[in-house]
Amino acid sequence: MVLFYSVVSIMIFGYHYMKKRSNIISVKGLTKKFKNFIAVDGITFNVKRGELFAFLGPNGAGKSTTIKMLTTLLDPTTGDVKINNLSLKDKDAVRHSFGIVFQDPSLDDDLTAYENLYFHCLLYGIPKDIMAKRIEELLVFVELWDRRKTLVKKFSGGMKRRLEIARGLLHHPKILFLDEPTLGLDPQTRNHTWEYIRNVNKKEQMTVFFTTHYMEEAEKIADRIAIIDNGRIIAQGTSKQLKKISKTKTLEEAFLSLTGHEIREESASPLSAMRQRRMMRH
Amino acid sequence: MNTIYALWLRQVKKYFRSKSRIIGSLGQPVLFLVAFGFGFGPIYQKAGGGNYIDFLAPGIILMSVLMTAMFSGIDIIWDRQFGFLKETLAAPVSRMEIVLGKTLGAATVALFQGVIVFILSMLIGFRPQSVLAIIPAFGFSFLVAILFSSLGTAIASLLEDMQGFQLIMNFLVMPIIFLSGAYFPLDGLPRGMEIVTRLNPLSYGVDGLRGALSGVYAYNPRLDFIVLAAVATILLLVGSYLFSKIQI
Repeated sequence: MVLFYSVVSIMIFGYHYMKKRSNIISVKGLTKKFKNFIAVDGITFNVKRGELFAFLGPNGAGKSTTIKMLTTLLDPTTGDVKINNLSLKDKDAVRHSFGIVFQDPSLDDDLTAYENLYFHCLLYGIPKDIMAKRIEELLVFVELWDRRKTLVKKFSGGMKRRLEIARGLLHHPKILFLDEPTLGLDPQTRNHTWEYIRNVNKKEQMTVFFTTHYMEEAEKIADRIAIIDNGRIIAQGTSKQLKKISKTKTLEEAFLSLTGHEIREESASPLSAMRQRRMMRH
Repeated sequence: MNTIYALWLRQVKKYFRSKSRIIGSLGQPVLFLVAFGFGFGPIYQKAGGGNYIDFLAPGIILMSVLMTAMFSGIDIIWDRQFGFLKETLAAPVSRMEIVLGKTLGAATVALFQGVIVFILSMLIGFRPQSVLAIIPAFGFSFLVAILFSSLGTAIASLLEDMQGFQLIMNFLVMPIIFLSGAYFPLDGLPRGMEIVTRLNPLSYGVDGLRGALSGVYAYNPRLDFIVLAAVATILLLVGSYLFSKIQI
């Protein structure tokens, strides 16, 4: 009897462990070409359930294009992608699986905070009986409940970001995509934003896939990091592993050693120059 | 249905919140009503045409409906530039539903604009043949609104900048209005111009609305309805197809 229960317990534990550690995002040879320009060049990576995964790279590296493909906004040129075990061809089911916070604001400024969330609920078919409760829950979570009736155009950048995060979480997605979520925010608001995201990751066991070109963010927040440069993944692993393979002490040094340039140097240089190089390469 | 309702509601809410938009868009129709109505009125009467305001008002009402409906396409370009379109496109909803919601919202707003011009026309002397005539008049106006909202959506789906959209709209709007019989009767026109007016879907809208309000049709109400419904359906399908091709 004891043996039976032990076996069953191990099987249940094993099942949950395997499920938890299984891949929720699986990408193989993903490429995006725009005429003669290759934005994303045959990238391959996996993201495990419940993981905080960072895409680290300079501006124009292909981070946003990758997110657009993973979120069905852009059709890949080639490659195989599975989101929550679903093919990208099954667009509606894939779209139900994720929430997204875009790099640029995507709220309707002429609507109130509450109305923005209400419209999202309607678009995602959230039942009416739980809609109001869910909106309240999330507005409280991002500390905007008192400002629910304010038009979004009167919000600061940080408040808009928080509202977008709340909106991305409304339909209980399995994955939250964040495209440079803290870009343009002051350090205090950045810290707050990451606090919310970490809380969600823990509380709802939600996978978080984010792009950033801030080294310290990737190092502090992510469980694993993929370094992307000129449309290609140069290396991936934990911050520790990246330092180990590049035989460096900091992530910044690791980035320099792996890509041959600093991240700031690239972001400061003209985007067109970088694109030019990439076109010449092919 | 939720998607259609959400996008319809968004259009309507935004319209009623923008008082300046409501008032501003009335400027041109009111100017045309007063200037053309009173300016050409005596000549029209002398030529045996009757009360020119009664003739002109349906044309001005539809001009207002058409302009509001067609320029609603700019919302798509606006949403694309300022991000809201991404939120809609990333949602698990069909592109057809999005276009339907947007088109119905724009048509409702355009219809409302038409109602305001109708009331203003009555204030300066326009009188419909009966109160019941308002029902088919609404029907024809709504069809015109759907038709030109769909055309606005189709054109906006192909463009990314607002200036380009406005240029194309200005290029299209004036000929469509002038060659529809909105300002002058269509009988006795030279052959070439008659063909052009027959090919213009707004001619059937103007005839339908004028006929409903005055009781006198130049064509035939059934033909007006069939042409408007058919062209609106085709443009709605074309608009949906072009919208579905948008990639951000």
